[in-house]
Amino acid sequence: MPVINVEDLTDKDKAVMEVNQLKLEVKLERWLVSSLHCEIKDYIQAGVEEDTLVKGISEEKNPFKEKGGCVIC
Amino acid sequence: MAAEKAEMDALKKECDALRTQIEAARKAVNDSSMSAASGGATAVGRVQLKLRKTLKGHLAKIYAMHWSADSRQMVSASQDGKLLVWDTFTGNKLVAVPLKSAWVMSVAFAPSGNLVASGGLDNICTVYNIKAASPKTLRELDAHTGYLSCCRFLSDTEILTASGDTTCCLWDLETGKQKVIFTNHIGDCMSLALSSDMNTFISGACDSLAKLWDVREGACKQTFSGHTSDINAISFFPSGNAVITGSDDCTCKMYDLRADQEVIGYQDTNLNAGVTSLALSSSGRLIFAGYDDFNCHIWDSLKGEKVGVLSGHDNRVSCTGVPADGMGVCTGSWDSFLKLWN
Repeated sequence: MPVINVEDLTDKDKAVMEVNQLKLEVKLERWLVSSLHCEIKDYIQAGVEEDTLVKGISEEKNPFKEKGGCVIC
Repeated sequence: MAAEKAEMDALKKECDALRTQIEAARKAVNDSSMSAASGGATAVGRVQLKLRKTLKGHLAKIYAMHWSADSRQMVSASQDGKLLVWDTFTGNKLVAVPLKSAWVMSVAFAPSGNLVASGGLDNICTVYNIKAASPKTLRELDAHTGYLSCCRFLSDTEILTASGDTTCCLWDLETGKQKVIFTNHIGDCMSLALSSDMNTFISGACDSLAKLWDVREGACKQTFSGHTSDINAISFFPSGNAVITGSDDCTCKMYDLRADQEVIGYQDTNLNAGVTSLALSSSGRLIFAGYDDFNCHIWDSLKGEKVGVLSGHDNRVSCTGVPADGMGVCTGSWDSFLKLWN
């Protein structure tokens, strides 16, 4: 693996790097956003019932609750 | 001189043409907005989490924290020159690791729980064995020419680092040598996140770009733009198909990998503080974003609305984390405290 010392890159090197990267990225296959939105929503809805931070947690089951403590009546 | 300028102009022209093509391709698949899909989803209502514990022990600003894979232990790093490993169920400190350099910016827990790593302005990622009788330095990974902003273990033998020298790096912990160097950002790398299958990772940088990389090949696969300032925080959406970023431009964004673009933004005109950190709840519905305004604001990832706030810190929230089991959220601050909420 060639070690590229970033500090040695000239402005031209950086421009060439950018062009090469854009040439790669222009070929990407892109999916329709509408179907992806539904997928994200479905993924969330499948997991939301088990999501403690959305649904809350009972005192007994809460691992972070403050334990112990004495009360003098 | 003239020939050089002509070359640069030609390259710039080529860049601009390619960028225009990419923007057109992105626009072509942008056939609807997230609100069309999320309109039917039930609202989460006001999210009011309670402060369960305040972990006191650090003597200076906390810069980073990371949950252990067991969802119980957690490691924090402070510029008081220490890493502290906590048992979050009891609030007890389990291990204190004294650092050679106090200027720490990042900390990570290995999935095994055996190792932790940290680094910062020393440009070095130091790996410690915390299962030994007293914490032992295992490796000092010294090759970056800029500060270490983030590190994440793949296993006890490999770690990824992000640096102010604009590169990320995959290291072999058995040899202490660099395996792969990821070069493509033109600004300091500030944050990275590893995909759950560990084949890819994403990085956020001061060039306001987020990039997706192939861990083994070293190649940058995708670049996400839109932010107008440094990206300080980045995370995968739990499905692995989207990425959430947080920036100094005071906004967070979700980018879908397959659409190769932003699908929803999280901003509020009343919120004029930079985002320092972020973490997602287990389903991905909630985004916990730490801001310079001393709060951690909670966003509904689907509807793009602010649904709550974690208030209590007396200084910038510098780090945020949700454990693997999703049972709570931890915030760390420049006020030297860590807080656990759920």
